[in-house]
Amino acid sequence: MTFFLQLVITGFGLGMVYALIAIGFVIILKCSKAFNIAQGQFVMIGGYLGYTFLITFHLPVWAAILAAIGVAIVLGALIERLTLRPLIGQSALAIIMMTIAMGTVLEGIATLIWGGEYKTYHGVLPTITLKLGELSIPPETLIGIIVAIIVVVILMVLFRYAKIGLAMRATAEDEQVVQSAGIKVTTIYAISWMIACSVGVISGIILGGVSGVMVSMSEVGMKAFAVVLLGGIDSIGGAIVAGIMLGILENVAAGYLDPLLPSGGGLANVFPFIVIIIVLTLKPHGLFGLTRIERI
Amino acid sequence: MTLPSGVFQESYAKDMAVLRTKTQWVLLLAFLLLLFTIPLYATPRVLTLSTFIGISVISVLGLNILTGYCGQISLGHAGFMAVGGYVAAVLAAKLGWPFWATLPCAGLSAGLVGIIFGLPSLKIKGFYLIMATVAAQFIIIWLILQFRGITGGTDGISVPRPEIFGFVIKSKSSYFLLVLIIACLATYFTKNLVRTRVGRAFIAIRDNDLAAEVMGVNLLRYKLLAFFIGCVYAGVAGALLVNYFAFADTQMFPFSDSIWYLGMLIVGGMGSTTGAIFGAVSLKLLDEAMTIGGPALAAAFPAIAAQAAASLSLIMRGLIIIIFLIFEPRGLVHRWELVKTYFRRWPFAF
Repeated sequence: MTFFLQLVITGFGLGMVYALIAIGFVIILKCSKAFNIAQGQFVMIGGYLGYTFLITFHLPVWAAILAAIGVAIVLGALIERLTLRPLIGQSALAIIMMTIAMGTVLEGIATLIWGGEYKTYHGVLPTITLKLGELSIPPETLIGIIVAIIVVVILMVLFRYAKIGLAMRATAEDEQVVQSAGIKVTTIYAISWMIACSVGVISGIILGGVSGVMVSMSEVGMKAFAVVLLGGIDSIGGAIVAGIMLGILENVAAGYLDPLLPSGGGLANVFPFIVIIIVLTLKPHGLFGLTRIERI
Repeated sequence: MTLPSGVFQESYAKDMAVLRTKTQWVLLLAFLLLLFTIPLYATPRVLTLSTFIGISVISVLGLNILTGYCGQISLGHAGFMAVGGYVAAVLAAKLGWPFWATLPCAGLSAGLVGIIFGLPSLKIKGFYLIMATVAAQFIIIWLILQFRGITGGTDGISVPRPEIFGFVIKSKSSYFLLVLIIACLATYFTKNLVRTRVGRAFIAIRDNDLAAEVMGVNLLRYKLLAFFIGCVYAGVAGALLVNYFAFADTQMFPFSDSIWYLGMLIVGGMGSTTGAIFGAVSLKLLDEAMTIGGPALAAAFPAIAAQAAASLSLIMRGLIIIIFLIFEPRGLVHRWELVKTYFRRWPFAF
């Protein structure tokens, strides 16, 4: 029982991070109707930025996160301006391929700057270990949960009260109406990319603290897609619920089934894809997504 | 139209022919002659490159049927290649089947796996379908690694040299000719497939699947057929790849290759057989240029030497797709048509 609860708790922390990555994806999708396959690459960049600011520059954690967000905002704006804006009005495939290609370029740039080696800053993040009876909550999990909650609250406030957040929600609803109300849609697109990039980078810093950073870390993006599909592709609340669900399920399944499988298992890596296939076959629009009705 | 002036067809069959003038026949035969004589004057390196180009052409032709004609985007093409490759490898190595039997089996099994993962395509499309095919790629590779007893897991599996009716294909040139023949057959089949009822149904589904259904196109049947045919090509290409190395390993079918095949399709031009071939050839040549250019670049900038070669390939691959998406979304084949039209109409611009 202790083993099970331990798996659930670490899974919960992991799930919060997945949810965070998925939120970045959903924000871009809702605002600009672009499927951003490169969300995992943002996470990877975030991990490396965390390494640079925490280890190389010896910044305190809050300053490192702020600095990383600064870089992320510039990066998001550049990406939107250079690669996505020329494609406004193009087919979905073109946009998806563009984000894939952009992700490849980001991986290349990360390899160029950081050498593509495995880097770790384990222990640099503050260590607070909580004990609940026999259960211990690892510090990274705790930080993950705290940061994720803070980010979600900030985003909620932004979308509910700030003018720009309201404009973004309006854009998600109807672009033409928004334009006639005097809001510049391209600016909204740019801001959605900046926010998504920042959220990705923050989750990258958390994940980097848990498991270290390398270029292949971008594969975590795939887990975020499983989260997005499970939660419903256009629902931020769904992303949070599904993220936690997937994190816990994955951790529990891997914890119990991996010893039974030949070749050492590695179930955690394919688990999201199994979820993707099941969700797509049974409930393509996810738990909280809107069902699309199409006309000719 | 794409014909020179003064060409008149007198029968319906002539009007439907792919090659309609004597010049086209002569050019095609000359081109084929050039291809089949490559082993006579090519260096081993060029021959290896040409073999890989041939294999990619087969694979991308399949992806073109699935994505370019039927509109079902697949990011799991390397996974389907892995199915074909491993089926060929296991049948040849464990059961001792001859090459002429393993190749069709590889194609068929990849096609069947394609049907399984294509099943969700009836309900979903666009991004959802892409994720289903990405899932296919990773699940296939994981399953191959799990069935250690059959596939050798991470150690890979050795494959005996292919043998056709007593003739063992050992040399590079004979293997190149084998790949070339299959690539030519694949091209011929694709070119004609898309002109049939099935091909037109694919195009109707791509342009608007709801409208196609209203017109009486059976969506499930034709989408699965597209998955089947596209994955048969992938399976054959995978089997050829495995037989070339005489070794099968999951590292030979990475996810990045799936992306790269789609990139070839975009660079070449979607929904065009010529485009698929253009894309495969040009991007394989680009890859080769990067394997040569990478070390040169590393020598030029010793400060970033270790990373330069690895990152150059990634950055170039991404950039080339970005550039084509922004500046030439219709691909190289569109340029090629423009050039051809220019010369046909010369000296007039219209």
